[in-house]
Amino acid sequence: MSEPNPHTVHAHEHTIHDHDHDHDHHAPSLVMEDEAGNLDGQQLVDALQAVLVRKGILSPGEITLEIQAIEAPGTHLGAKIVARAWTDPGFKARLLANGKNGAAELGLKVGEAQLVVVENTAEEHNLIVCTLCSCYPRSLLGQPPSWYISKAYRARAVREPATVLREFGLALPAGTAIHVHDSNADMRFLVLPLRPPGTEHLDEPGLQALVTRDAMIGVAQALRP
Amino acid sequence: MSRAPLLPVRFQVGDAVEVLDLGKAGHVRTPHYVRHKRGEILQFCGYFLNPEALSVGDVSGPPVPLYRVRFRMKDLWPEEVRSEQDVLCIEIYDHWLTPATHPLPEDTP
Repeated sequence: MSEPNPHTVHAHEHTIHDHDHDHDHHAPSLVMEDEAGNLDGQQLVDALQAVLVRKGILSPGEITLEIQAIEAPGTHLGAKIVARAWTDPGFKARLLANGKNGAAELGLKVGEAQLVVVENTAEEHNLIVCTLCSCYPRSLLGQPPSWYISKAYRARAVREPATVLREFGLALPAGTAIHVHDSNADMRFLVLPLRPPGTEHLDEPGLQALVTRDAMIGVAQALRP
Repeated sequence: MSRAPLLPVRFQVGDAVEVLDLGKAGHVRTPHYVRHKRGEILQFCGYFLNPEALSVGDVSGPPVPLYRVRFRMKDLWPEEVRSEQDVLCIEIYDHWLTPATHPLPEDTP
């Protein structure tokens, strides 16, 4: 059971609703290791997997395929949505009205219940956090960064967002309203960043390259060309 | 097969609401920092199974209305100085909400 298992690091992602029910109470398990380097809870998952495989309920190949499916989404999917919204006002309006339907127009399936896209403007900056666990639009952005799951970010983003943003290197113009979205239940959130100046000549692939994960969480602006 | 009628959508966008403290244990999705706080309904999100029941395998329902509620940061953290215009939006299930008995206090200079 203590043998290295390439699957176990990801086993916590095998939740039904992308809701990470265990993280609320066991959040440290993602980062705490014992003397042997095992993650807390890993042995339990190893044991469960071994039993399922032995009973023929799951095969190692199926587990690998599932992990590949979980890891396939990435920032590039969210960037497609943002770049299209920057270039197509009609799409942007539909996207803001219903994020899931907007994503579907681009052939992107949102696995979560609903997607709420929040638009940054000159007056308003949006920031996403999940104070209770690690809710995140995984089907569009992939797995969240470790800091997004950290207790420090989760606690501070809802209490002192401007300070948190400054620590990320984002100093907003004075007077900008910060809208923090605690993604605590069934919605998932994606920030539509401001289109950077000097990008009028760029096509959609060029624009996509400017859209970072952090910009879609709201801790950064989109890159400048 | 009969089906129970959906629970009513009690709140409209803009309604002033207060978050209850139901004192529940378990998989509760209403964080402490918004309990007893006043905000306003931002959006009705639809009906969802109550995660408090769902987390223990109870999928019998009924689905619960879910709202996005917006709070002023200064109402959430009154003891701290912060910009007047900052807000926080969070999803709250219907049974955690009650109508605010009087309107939100006006901004004080």
